[in-house]
Amino acid sequence: MAQQETDEDGAPVTQTWPEELYALLREAEVTQFGYVPDAGHQVLIDRSIADPEVHSVALTTEEEGVALLAGAHLGGARGVLLMQSSGVGNCINLLSLIKNGGFPFLTLVSMRGDFGEGTSRQIPMGQATQPVLEAMGVTCMRAEHPDEVIPMVRAALTMVFQSGMAVAVLLTQKLIGAKPFK
Amino acid sequence: MTDQSTDPKAIGGGRAAGKTASGHLERRAAVKALLGDTSDALFISGLAGAKSDVLEATGADCKRVFPLVGAMGAEAAMALGLALAQPNRRVVCVTGDGELLMNVGTLATIAVLNPPNLSILCVDNEHYGETGFQRSHTGRGVDLAKIAEGAGIQAVRTVIEESEIPDAAAMLRAGNGTAFVLLKVGVSDPPGISRNRDAALNKNWFREAVLGEA
Repeated sequence: MAQQETDEDGAPVTQTWPEELYALLREAEVTQFGYVPDAGHQVLIDRSIADPEVHSVALTTEEEGVALLAGAHLGGARGVLLMQSSGVGNCINLLSLIKNGGFPFLTLVSMRGDFGEGTSRQIPMGQATQPVLEAMGVTCMRAEHPDEVIPMVRAALTMVFQSGMAVAVLLTQKLIGAKPFK
Repeated sequence: MTDQSTDPKAIGGGRAAGKTASGHLERRAAVKALLGDTSDALFISGLAGAKSDVLEATGADCKRVFPLVGAMGAEAAMALGLALAQPNRRVVCVTGDGELLMNVGTLATIAVLNPPNLSILCVDNEHYGETGFQRSHTGRGVDLAKIAEGAGIQAVRTVIEESEIPDAAAMLRAGNGTAFVLLKVGVSDPPGISRNRDAALNKNWFREAVLGEA
């Protein structure tokens, strides 16, 4: 299953990067997938649920995922936190654990509230996502085009699991699409 | 016989003077008895009192304890990530009532996965010990054991009498599924047990103890 977007003429274009992204994360030995369900991460979530080799952890709130990944690191495992930009706001104080402890931390954030956003309630946290993550010491990378996603996440995986950084890859609305103006 | 007014572990001693709770057990001894032999388990402790309870049982320098000193509320989810990463090791999370209340939804996250090697011990003195012993929600009718049962944790026990400790201790190490023990203790203010608070140092010590490398 791949996500659909439309080209300039309105014809559907199948995006393959979500499937490739799951394969990349598995190649990098990520075995814990923490998430609060989000449409933008549908493929990754569904793949993790179907994969007997990984732990697919449905969180009641995104901040649990920050702690989950730190615990995974204590046990020698790698994890990823999948969330929407609104969920970033639920994580802030726990990111102090990541910073104080120097824990490797990777999150993929599906963005709302940026390019072309038509739902006003998504604007505050969407616009604040990068500033608050950076304020807590998380390096942000923005993917705006399908061709950028795999190289960017590959780079992020090295930065996180080889260099011990905290990195957020923001899957922006230019990439995943914004709901059209009504 | 110990003079209650000078025993630093006494119920109602120190900053806990005048505070009351439904429990009456002395927390350090009760936790030690519940944990039993700690040599085979990995521990995540919450802040403050829970941390000292664990370190009294394991020894202050035990590298198999990761003591949280910030990020209140992280302890249970951290223990989950560790338990999933190390399925062949026993993982014990020791937390206080105030801290567990802060992220009580984690009990649901844990219950649906039910890792058999994870157990949670909540030391409930019904007060926030580090901030002036304000009464917590559990001192005002909130029952964390009922919340754990409602979340779907199948092995749940409340300990309020000393005679209940052996069965609860056995349940914590049975490994049939995630276990949760709510330990009701009296309000006391025993001296804290010191440990280097550097989170990076504790992280490296822990990984060395578990993985043989930082």
